[in-house]
Amino acid sequence: MDADHPASLAGQVARPRFSASADWIGLAAILAAAIIFYLLFPNNLALLTRVIGIVMLVLSVDLVTGFCGVATLGHAALFGAGAYAAGIAAAHFGITDPIAMIAAGAAGGAVAGLISGLVVLRGHGLGQLVLSIAIVNLFHEAANKAASWTGGSDGLTDIAPSPLFGVFAFDLWGRTAYGLGIALLVIVFFLLQRLSRSPFGMLCRGIRQDPIRVAAMGASVRKTLLKMYIISGLVAGVGGGLNAISTQVVGLDSLSFTLSAQALVMLVIGGTGSLYGAIIGTVVFMLFEDFVSAANPFHWLTIMGALLVGVVLFAPRGIFGTAAHLFDQWRRR
Amino acid sequence: MQSVLSIAVDALAYGMVLFVISIGLSMTMGLMRVVNLAHGAFAMVGGYLASYAVRDLGLGYVAGVVLAVAGTVVIAAPIERLLYRRIYNKPELIQVLMTIGITFCVIGIANYLFGPTLKTIPLPAMLSGPVDLGFRSIAAHKLFAILCGLAVAAALWYLVERTPFGVKLRASVDNTPMAAALGVRTKYVYAASFAISVGLAAFGGIVGAELLPIEPYYALRYMVTFLVVVSVGGAGSIGGALLACLVLGAIDTTGRYLVPEYGEFFFYLAVIAIVCAFPRGLLGKA
Repeated sequence: MDADHPASLAGQVARPRFSASADWIGLAAILAAAIIFYLLFPNNLALLTRVIGIVMLVLSVDLVTGFCGVATLGHAALFGAGAYAAGIAAAHFGITDPIAMIAAGAAGGAVAGLISGLVVLRGHGLGQLVLSIAIVNLFHEAANKAASWTGGSDGLTDIAPSPLFGVFAFDLWGRTAYGLGIALLVIVFFLLQRLSRSPFGMLCRGIRQDPIRVAAMGASVRKTLLKMYIISGLVAGVGGGLNAISTQVVGLDSLSFTLSAQALVMLVIGGTGSLYGAIIGTVVFMLFEDFVSAANPFHWLTIMGALLVGVVLFAPRGIFGTAAHLFDQWRRR
Repeated sequence: MQSVLSIAVDALAYGMVLFVISIGLSMTMGLMRVVNLAHGAFAMVGGYLASYAVRDLGLGYVAGVVLAVAGTVVIAAPIERLLYRRIYNKPELIQVLMTIGITFCVIGIANYLFGPTLKTIPLPAMLSGPVDLGFRSIAAHKLFAILCGLAVAAALWYLVERTPFGVKLRASVDNTPMAAALGVRTKYVYAASFAISVGLAAFGGIVGAELLPIEPYYALRYMVTFLVVVSVGGAGSIGGALLACLVLGAIDTTGRYLVPEYGEFFFYLAVIAIVCAFPRGLLGKA
């Protein structure tokens, strides 16, 4: 596959050649970056927490797009389902413990992942893309209609998470939410690193490269992809739940086509098929967006469009992929 | 009875506008296998140019339409040459990202040049009033849109089925390397069909401006609708696209009239059902 498509976006990066110690270095790098950002932007922790939530969404897109090769423009359905599950648990059932809310979010995301997977995996090519868009729009309209549960277009409010472990209250500065977010990110990242190197992860990569050969080997392509969709839903749901806790409101925009498209764009800017690429792409994209769109939202669109065209033409591996490639070449010299 | 008729007329007009805009997308997707999310952006460019020509330059409606369609093709030609030609035969993900990028750029630039407000294209007196059909009267611009749709369908059918260009086009769709080996200049066929596709998009954007109003987010708002039409109809099939537009136009318009509080819920439900039942589209080739 790589020989046929030298410019193929997916997967030149994440071959399991890194040793286990590289995993620990990666986790340490995330923690270090978290502390640096905390010191650099102490007044912007709400934005940083939102970035962490979106990182989970982009990681989740990476699982199906980067690892399995399923192009999707409807992944916000999973993220939004998680956010609404956590929010509804808190606002309607009085489950205000943050850990329980995150669990509710993960469960909601997994169910949405199952539904999306069942529908999206029926199509191929353009049909698949359209099905994924149809799913996220269907979720959006359903959430809009079920206003008594979701608050409709006003958004779901009255989400008041109780203190974490009964000790750390969610304050105005968002320190607790940021800490919770970083902890969740580290756990999720650790588990996904394991997953990507497991036989299951290898099978998914195999499906991306050649589904027919995988089927001929005796593995069920559909079942494997469906499982990955559910896992992807868990991850996106955790992100959605975190977002619900930190902003204490869930809006319809968390279930939108726009967010889905943006998540895909972030993944590609960072580099598909690599967990690091997903994180780097999201952080770069969102901080850049915050900076530019404060000046003029339409210039932001033009710049992002040009950036996207540039990345596709000149750096199809994304930021992380290109950097890893250059590093590799340098080391071989 | 009255409301059934008005729903039918609206559905037909909406479906025909969808058809004029998306048939070009269906053609390019069937021929070049490019998932072109920027198609709606070209329709929007056509609408903006027509609005500028008719409203600000004071040209006549027909002159404005011709100028706008030609202008959109002229704008699109270098984009095809420089950007699209690099993504033929690439994986879908790359095509999606590149064309989304182009769409974002077009939105940003359109907003910079024309501002965020709605642009109207003033209709000539002949099209602005109601038309009496004997049993009832309907808005003339809707009738005009329906007639344009039928004319485009007939003209395209003739072009594809009855002309030498159509033969080369069909040969290239079926097997590009073989057509090239037999002396068809596939590069020119590609460029010509891309130009026709963009021109039709612009024409549809202008004719449909009363139903799908021209504003900067047009390209993003209706992008999904056009894609849906193509995947439901089957890429490359004129009859399929026509059928898909009529069915989807009917579902969407009926839903809006009867259960407006559900928004587009039933539209997308129908899309999922149709695409699951017909993965290649209603009349698509396997």
